[in-house]
Amino acid sequence: MPRLLCVILALVCALLAAPARSAPADAGEALALIASGRFPDIEKGVDLLARSGNTHAQAIIEALRDGRLAVAADRRVLIQQDGGRWSDAATGDALAEAPAAPKTVRINNRIRRAVEAAVGALTLMAPDAEARRQAAEAVFRSRDAAALSALDEAIAREEVPYIKRLMGEARAAILLGDAGASDLQKLEAIDILAARADQDALALLRAATQGSPVVSAAAEAAVASVEQRLALLSMLQNVWYGLSLGSVLLLAAIGLAITFGVMGIINMAHGEMVMIGAYTTFVIQEFVRSHAPGLFDWTLPVAIPMAFLVAALVGAAIERGIIRHLYGRPLETLLATWGVSLILQQAVRSIFGPTNREVGAPSYMAGSFDLGGLAITYGRLWIVLFSLAVFAALMVALKATSFGLRIRAVTQNRRMAASMGIRTPWVDTMAFALGSGIAGMAGVALSQIDNVSPNLGQSYIVDSFMVVVFGGVGNLWGTLVSALTLGIANKFLEPFAGAVLGKILLLVFLILFIQKRPRGLFALKGRAVEA
Amino acid sequence: MRNRFQKILATLATTAAIALPAVSASAQDVIKVGILHSLSGTMAISETTLKDVMLMLIEEQNKKGGLLGKKLEAVVVDPASNWPLFAEKARELLTKDKVAATFGCWTSVSRKSVLPVFEELNGILFYPVQYEGEESSRNIFYTGAAPNQQAIPAVDYLMENEGVERWVLEGTDYVYPRTTNKILEAYLKSKGVKDEDISINYTPFGHSDWQTRVAEIKKFGSAGKKTAVVSTINGDANVPFYKELANQGIKATDIPVIAFSVGEEELAGIDTKPLVGHLAAWNYFQSVDTPENKDFIAKWKAFTKNDKRVTNDPMEAHVIGFNMWVKAVEKAGTTDPDKVIDALIGVSVPNLSGGYSTMMPNHHITKPVLIGEIQEDGQFSIVSQTPGLVVGDEWSDYLEGSKDLIADWRAPLSCGNFNVKTGKCGGQGPVAQ
Repeated sequence: MPRLLCVILALVCALLAAPARSAPADAGEALALIASGRFPDIEKGVDLLARSGNTHAQAIIEALRDGRLAVAADRRVLIQQDGGRWSDAATGDALAEAPAAPKTVRINNRIRRAVEAAVGALTLMAPDAEARRQAAEAVFRSRDAAALSALDEAIAREEVPYIKRLMGEARAAILLGDAGASDLQKLEAIDILAARADQDALALLRAATQGSPVVSAAAEAAVASVEQRLALLSMLQNVWYGLSLGSVLLLAAIGLAITFGVMGIINMAHGEMVMIGAYTTFVIQEFVRSHAPGLFDWTLPVAIPMAFLVAALVGAAIERGIIRHLYGRPLETLLATWGVSLILQQAVRSIFGPTNREVGAPSYMAGSFDLGGLAITYGRLWIVLFSLAVFAALMVALKATSFGLRIRAVTQNRRMAASMGIRTPWVDTMAFALGSGIAGMAGVALSQIDNVSPNLGQSYIVDSFMVVVFGGVGNLWGTLVSALTLGIANKFLEPFAGAVLGKILLLVFLILFIQKRPRGLFALKGRAVEA
Repeated sequence: MRNRFQKILATLATTAAIALPAVSASAQDVIKVGILHSLSGTMAISETTLKDVMLMLIEEQNKKGGLLGKKLEAVVVDPASNWPLFAEKARELLTKDKVAATFGCWTSVSRKSVLPVFEELNGILFYPVQYEGEESSRNIFYTGAAPNQQAIPAVDYLMENEGVERWVLEGTDYVYPRTTNKILEAYLKSKGVKDEDISINYTPFGHSDWQTRVAEIKKFGSAGKKTAVVSTINGDANVPFYKELANQGIKATDIPVIAFSVGEEELAGIDTKPLVGHLAAWNYFQSVDTPENKDFIAKWKAFTKNDKRVTNDPMEAHVIGFNMWVKAVEKAGTTDPDKVIDALIGVSVPNLSGGYSTMMPNHHITKPVLIGEIQEDGQFSIVSQTPGLVVGDEWSDYLEGSKDLIADWRAPLSCGNFNVKTGKCGGQGPVAQ
C-alpha cells in the first residue's frame, strides 16, 4: 500500500514537474516509474516507454543502459550527454546549468534484459548494420510478440543477407512460441530454426514438440537432425579445446624441453620464468596505460621480446650463479632451483603484492567468432598460433644456426665439442637463457588466460615436466606431439569423467606408459642416449 | 627436508617483508594478539590483506589508549599456506607467545587443523571467512557467514528476482563447496526443483582451462528454462573462469553467475567490463553507503598508503570480531580465556553496513545479507539487502542428521552439537569431519 502511494505521488510530481509538451503523456508516466528507483517499477517503465512510440524513448533507454540517466532533486529525469552536459529526458532540451546532486538510476539484470529487448525492437531499422544485427539478436532472445510488426517491416527493408536471415530467425522464434500463429506459420518457423541448428534453436524446437500433431511431428524431426549436428559439432569443439589446451602446455613445456630435455637440468624454477614473463607484460601494460593509452593494443607485441629478454637474463644469472656449480649433481640442482623458485615467488610478492594483477586483453584477443557452428575465441586462437610460431622459431634456431649447432654438439658430446674449440660453459649459459626466455614468452600468453599472481608458475611446472617426459627427453618434436596429445586426451576425458577424475586418469595412463617406454614417445637412439 | 627448507626461506623472506609494529613495552603492560594468516604460498593472495587489517585495528586501539590500560602487541606468524604448519604456529602462539586471542585462518582445512590446538590449550580464535557450517567449537568465534547467511539468501534472490528454474552448482573440489552444494541441493529440492534441473560439478584447485566447463554450462543453460550458476569456485581459479565466460560471450542477462568467494579483492585482477551484472552474495560490500564504511575505507587507504586498495567482506568480519573481543575483554576486566569466552556471548558492536552485529550463543554472529552486481569499475552495486539481520545457523536445517543439532555455549548447556531429539550432547553431522 505505501508503495502504491509512492508511485502515485511520484507520478503526480513528475507530471507537475514535466508537463508533457512534445512527448505523449505516457512518457511522463514511464519516467515517473523509472525515477522511483525500485527495480520492478523501472522495468515496467522501460516497457511502457518502448511501446509509447515516444521520439525520445530510444535515447532515454540507452542512457539508462549506459548509466547516464539520473534523477534530480526536483524528481526530474535527466540524461547526461557526452561532455558532461545534461538534458531533460522528457523533452530532450539541454539544461542551462548542471543540476545539484543528481542520483544515477541503478539497474539490475532484469532491467538490463528489458532494456536489451526494448532497444532491439527500437533499433531494428537503424542505419548502422551492426546495430541492426544486435537488434535482431536481442529480439531473438526476448521473443517479444509485440515486436512482430516492426520485425516484418524491417525484414522487408533489410538488404544485408545475413542480417535478413537473423531477423527471419527472430520472427520464427516469436511465431513458434505464439499461440495465435497458424500451423502453417509454425511449420515454416520450424524449417528456419532447423537450418539455424544451434543450442538456442534446439531449445525452441524442443518446446514446440508439445504443439498440434502436425507441428509436433515436424518439430521432433527437426530436433533429431539438430541434435545429430550438435553432437558432431561438440566432437569438433572438443578437438579444438584440446588443441588450445595442448598449445598452452606446449608453450609452458617447450622452454623446459631445452633446459631439462636437451641439457638435463631439473629446473624447478622454470615456472617462475613463466611468471616473470607475465609480470613483464603487466609492467609494460601499466606503463602504456599511464603514458600512451592509445597504444594499448601494441602492448603484447612489445611484451613478447621484452619478456624473452628479462626471463633470459634472469635465467642466465641463475645458471652463472648457481647451476653451473652443480652440473652432474641432479639432486642438488633440484633442491637449489626449488629454493630459487621460492625466492623469486616471494620477491615478486614483496614487489608487486600478493594479489592478482590485471593484465588486459587487447581488442584483437577479446570475444569469439563462429566457424560453421564452432565457437572459437580469438584469445585461444592467437595462443595456438603463437605457440606454433615459437616452436617453429626454436626449431630453426636449433637446426639452422651456428648457435644451435653448438648447443647440439655440446649436448651430444661435451668433451669433443670442447676440443673443437667450443666454449662449452658459455654454450650452457646461452642454452639455459634460451630455455628461460621462451618460458618468459609463454608468460605473455598465459597472462591472457590465467591469473597474474606470484603462484602463476607453480601450476604449470608439474604439467610441463609431464609433457617433456611423455614426449621423450631430448626431443623437441616429441614435446610438440605429447603436448597436443595430452591436451586433446584431457578434453575428451573431461566431459565424461569430470575435471578431477580426468586428470587422475591421465596421470595413471602416463605412469603406465612410462613403465612400458621409459624414454617417452620419441626416444633418442644411438650414442646420444648415453651422453 | 623440503618442508624445513621451504619454511626457512619463507620466514626469511617474510620477516624482511613485514615490518612488525614496534611496540617496546615490558611484558606486564602488553596484551599480545596473535595473527595467524598465510603471508606466503597460495593463500597469501587473500590472507595478507587480513593481516594488514589486524595491524591497522591494533594500531588504532593503541592510539585510543590500548585495552585495560595496556598496549596491544601484534604477534604475526606465517603458516605459509601449509595446513599442518597452521597447527604448529597456533601452538607456538598459545604456548610461547601466550597471546590473549588469535585472529586467523582462511580455508576450512586450516581451521580444522588448528581447532584441536585451540581446544586443548584453551585459546580464542576469531575466524573471519564465510564457511560451510557444520561446526561449533567453544574456542572458535565464527565472524564470517554460515551457509544460511550467504548461500540460501542468494538462491532465494535468483528465484524471486530472476525467475531461475535451472541451476548449475559449480565448485572447487574441497570441503566448503561440497558441503555448501549439498545444503543447496537439499534446499532447492525442498523448493520443488527437479533432479534434471540441477547440475553439480567440481574442478581441481587452481583449475585454469575452463573451455569445456563453460561450453557445458552454456549448453545446460539453453534448455529453455532460465538458468543460473551458483559458484563456489575458490581463489585463483576464478579469474580464468570469468575470462572464459566473457570470451564465450555468456552475459549476465543470459546466464547470471552468483559467487560466494569473489569479492572486490579478486575482481581487482580482472577486466570487469564483460562481467557487468554477474552477482556475488556477501554480508558487506565496499560500496555500502554508510558513514561507518566511508570512515573505514578512508582509514584503510591511509594505513596502506595506497589509494587503490579495496576492502572486502572478510575484512569487515575481522573488524567486527576485533571490536567484539575488545568489548568482551573490557566487560570481563581480564583477558582470561574462560571469562572472555563467556563475556563474548551477547556482545553487540556496530558493523559497517549501518547495523549492529551480535555474538550469538552458538558462537556465530548476526549479519545482514547483501546481493551485489558487478559494475564496470570492479565494485558491486547492491541490488538486494535483507530487511533485518540473519542469525548464523551452524548446523544446517536442510541436511539429514544435522537438522536436529544446535549449539549453545551458555551454561548449563555448554554444548556445540546438542541433539534436540535425543536431548543429548554429542550428536554429529553427516558431513562434519
